Amino acid sequence: MASAHSRMRCGEFRTNYRQDTTIFPTPLARRVAVVSVLLLMLVPMFGSAYQLNLLIQIGYYGIAALGLNIVVGFTGQISLGHAAFFGLGAFSSAWINSTTGIPVFFCIPLAGLMTMAVGLLVGIPAGRIKGLYLAIATLASQYILEDFFARADWFTGGSAGAMANPFSLFGYQMNSDRSYFYVVLFYVVIMYLAGTNLLRTRDGRAFVAVRDHYLSAEIMGINLNKYRILSFGISSLYAGIGGALFGHYLGFVSAEGFTIMLSIQFLAMVIIGGLGSVMGSMLGTVFMVLLPEVMEFGVHLVGSNNSALTQALAYIKEMAIGLAIILFLIFEPDGLSHRWKMIKNYWKLYPFSY
Amino acid sequence: MPDPALLLEVNDISLSFGGVHALTDVSFSVRKGEIFSIIGPNGAGKTSMLNCISGRYQPNKGSITFQQQEMIGLRPNDRCNLGIGRTFQNLALFNHMSVLDNIMVGRHHLLRNNFLNGSIYWLLGARKEELTHRAEVEDIIDFLEIAHIRKAIAGTLSYGLRKRVELARAVALRPDLILLDEPMAGMNLEEKEDMARYVIDLNEEWGMTVVMIEHDMGVVMDISHRVMVLDFGRKIAEGLPDEVMANPRVRTAYLGEDDGPSTTSAAAGEVA
Ligand SMILES: Nc1ncnc2c1ncn2[C@@H]1O[C@H](COP(=O)(O)OP(=O)(O)OP(=O)(O)O)[C@@H](O)[C@H]1O
Ligand SMILES: [Mg+2]
Repeated sequence: MASAHSRMRCGEFRTNYRQDTTIFPTPLARRVAVVSVLLLMLVPMFGSAYQLNLLIQIGYYGIAALGLNIVVGFTGQISLGHAAFFGLGAFSSAWINSTTGIPVFFCIPLAGLMTMAVGLLVGIPAGRIKGLYLAIATLASQYILEDFFARADWFTGGSAGAMANPFSLFGYQMNSDRSYFYVVLFYVVIMYLAGTNLLRTRDGRAFVAVRDHYLSAEIMGINLNKYRILSFGISSLYAGIGGALFGHYLGFVSAEGFTIMLSIQFLAMVIIGGLGSVMGSMLGTVFMVLLPEVMEFGVHLVGSNNSALTQALAYIKEMAIGLAIILFLIFEPDGLSHRWKMIKNYWKLYPFSY
Repeated sequence: MPDPALLLEVNDISLSFGGVHALTDVSFSVRKGEIFSIIGPNGAGKTSMLNCISGRYQPNKGSITFQQQEMIGLRPNDRCNLGIGRTFQNLALFNHMSVLDNIMVGRHHLLRNNFLNGSIYWLLGARKEELTHRAEVEDIIDFLEIAHIRKAIAGTLSYGLRKRVELARAVALRPDLILLDEPMAGMNLEEKEDMARYVIDLNEEWGMTVVMIEHDMGVVMDISHRVMVLDFGRKIAEGLPDEVMANPRVRTAYLGEDDGPSTTSAAAGEVA
């Protein structure tokens, strides 16, 4: 069949469209992905509590970051309210669980759906406005939701916060980091597979078409309003599930955590990782979660007895985030995923890299 | 009285931008199975006419019926679903997508999968559907001879290839009526010949009715069944290619008074 002409690395041939549309670009990539997940499954046996905690954070933030990338990177919209949806997911899951007694296992996807419903509502203006105006509208949704968290005692526990019961499966409580790690890993794999699938089928292509050239997308039969709103909805679904995982991990959800700062950090994750790249969302999250840790490590290395430096640590961390965003915007605007592709291509063609 | 042989009927369309009258009382109709060309000098309102038909512009007055159905008031995406496809004068591809994905977007209104079963690709038939449509897209790719670039990113291609990909994307819609805005602009002779052959094949073998804007008079004379001439937003002639070329008003408006009858292609070069 004609598709065998595609330029592939030596020795790799595709003989039908099915092989040509696999989720991983090459069988090697597939093996690497499977092996990485298997290796990650071993981490709770050998990893330290500190490492597990970081990986769990990367997991739930990474899910939310993919959601933001769908709306910002793939559909070309802007959202400054992602943290609020992340928070909404956390509160929703805790609330559904404590008021209805539905097991946490089911509450997490339900919270995702609830957040998605709110996201669809917030998305309605997005069908009509663009650019700066949309930025302001999403900023408004951030503040409205934050305000709601602070006032809606029945839902969030108000200033006292809400308790989130630990995750349990068939009566078995998974409240240690070791067992919860598997829950998060499971969701990461499911949500990333779903996202990749979405983006290689009809609706995902429609998102990218809307981003690249909305006028011609409309002429190609794509309903602009529908897809702009849907994109917000799906992005909120991801934020909600990430948030729910976060809530049940900490066991306690309080409104202070979901400010505009976190929204900006989510934006940083997708910009640094690569707008419009599924794996970039994860790379950016890894970067953003590890950056403060590396800073801390660095500070301790340079001057564990330098008290001024240690005191400034909090500022150093914040500044490092800002600096990283600026440096990436200047030097690597396509993000880590792009750099990764370049490195891969280099090795693929090695030694004929030119 | 509606005539079922008429695929498209344009009645008394006027369109203005502020003080500029892009179109004034233009009427014409296109029969099923025709290649209908619109010609006229730059700024005559040709693209504006296509924009009114495809729904990008809302005319100030008049009506446009396609398959006996009124189009005015319908969104462009609705018109696409009803069977109107088009290409653009100034390329409008999805520049960051591969050629293949660009063309697959053309299948949008024919595909049924959505974000729900799309995201569980393997389980509820999305894969099967995508692959069926992929096979049809490959037929179009073979037809337009762009197999070698199917994985290329659209924005990186040469102008001529992009024009061809845009045609492929419009063909993928499987429209009953395809609107082509200067499909041969900026092409060399060989590319133009290819493009002319594609248009004829689309019309004869794929059964599409074609409305085409083209400046190359040689091509227009060769492949059109009928021709309409616009000048300053008004229709000044319509008919068989030979009739239209013999019309003195057309000669004045479009070809320039000085030109003799045998220098049509030279005149076309001047306005292209
Ligand atoms: N969106 C717009 N806003 C303002 N004026 C417009 C717009 N679109 C078209 N016009 C004006 O309408 C007139 C007709 O333009 P149109 O693009 O339809 O001409 P055309 O026949 O396609 O010309 P060309 O051969 O150069 O493509 C021109 O005077 C143009 O400036
Ligand atoms: Mg034009």
